Amino acid sequence: MNEDSGKGQTKQMGNIKPADTQPSDHISRMLRSMYGSIESEGIPDRFLDLLEKLDAAEKAQAGTTKS
Amino acid sequence: MIAEPQPVYSFKRELLTHIPSMRAFAMSLSGRHDKADDLVQDAVMNAWARQESYQPGTNMKAWLFTIVRNLFYSQMRKRGREIQDSDGYFTERLSVNPDQYGVLDLKDMQVALTKLSDDQREAVILIGASGLSYEEAAEICGCAVGTIKSRVNRARVRLQELLGVDGAESFGPESKDAAITQRAFAT
Repeated sequence: MNEDSGKGQTKQMGNIKPADTQPSDHISRMLRSMYGSIESEGIPDRFLDLLEKLDAAEKAQAGTTKS
Repeated sequence: MIAEPQPVYSFKRELLTHIPSMRAFAMSLSGRHDKADDLVQDAVMNAWARQESYQPGTNMKAWLFTIVRNLFYSQMRKRGREIQDSDGYFTERLSVNPDQYGVLDLKDMQVALTKLSDDQREAVILIGASGLSYEEAAEICGCAVGTIKSRVNRARVRLQELLGVDGAESFGPESKDAAITQRAFAT
């Protein structure tokens, strides 16, 4: 029987499609790891500021068109 | 005086929850930190301007990813390809937040992604990294589900070639140590 050292880790990752069980598992985990490292950063301030500005601009515009 | 009622549903709030994923998608597509955040900013403004065309309750993530994707390609066509010129963003990040994979491994992945065709890159990112369904990926890329499947498969094979992952020997994060161990046993 072949030793499969990565077996346990693969099963732990809940929502993963069981499509690949071979070397591409390594590829998949690297991809998710890379992607997850960005995703876990949360929302940088520039986007919070941007949405506040967009929201404020929209409200201001709505105010002027109505009056 | 009655305060103006809040919009029925907060587009802004829902949009915010998707920003981390939009950034990860943009970063994986472009391989560049600075460009990716600019791309997401453009996508957010674009989405904001077109919010009437979004129907609450439908898949906002797919809708936003479609905007990111289409903007990415249109900007790339305009500016020419700068994708090869990676700024080492992942390397910096990962040295701060080390992971079960070595920094070099993920840097290699980032570089390998830039060597895929656009079709294969986006397919493998959406399916392999974002964890979207084949149906969602097909919607985002504007193609058939079967097309996405075959692109993902080809991308995986290509990434295995590029990264030299070809079997059990390369499996796992400690492959270098394993090789050393094997040598130690052999002697």
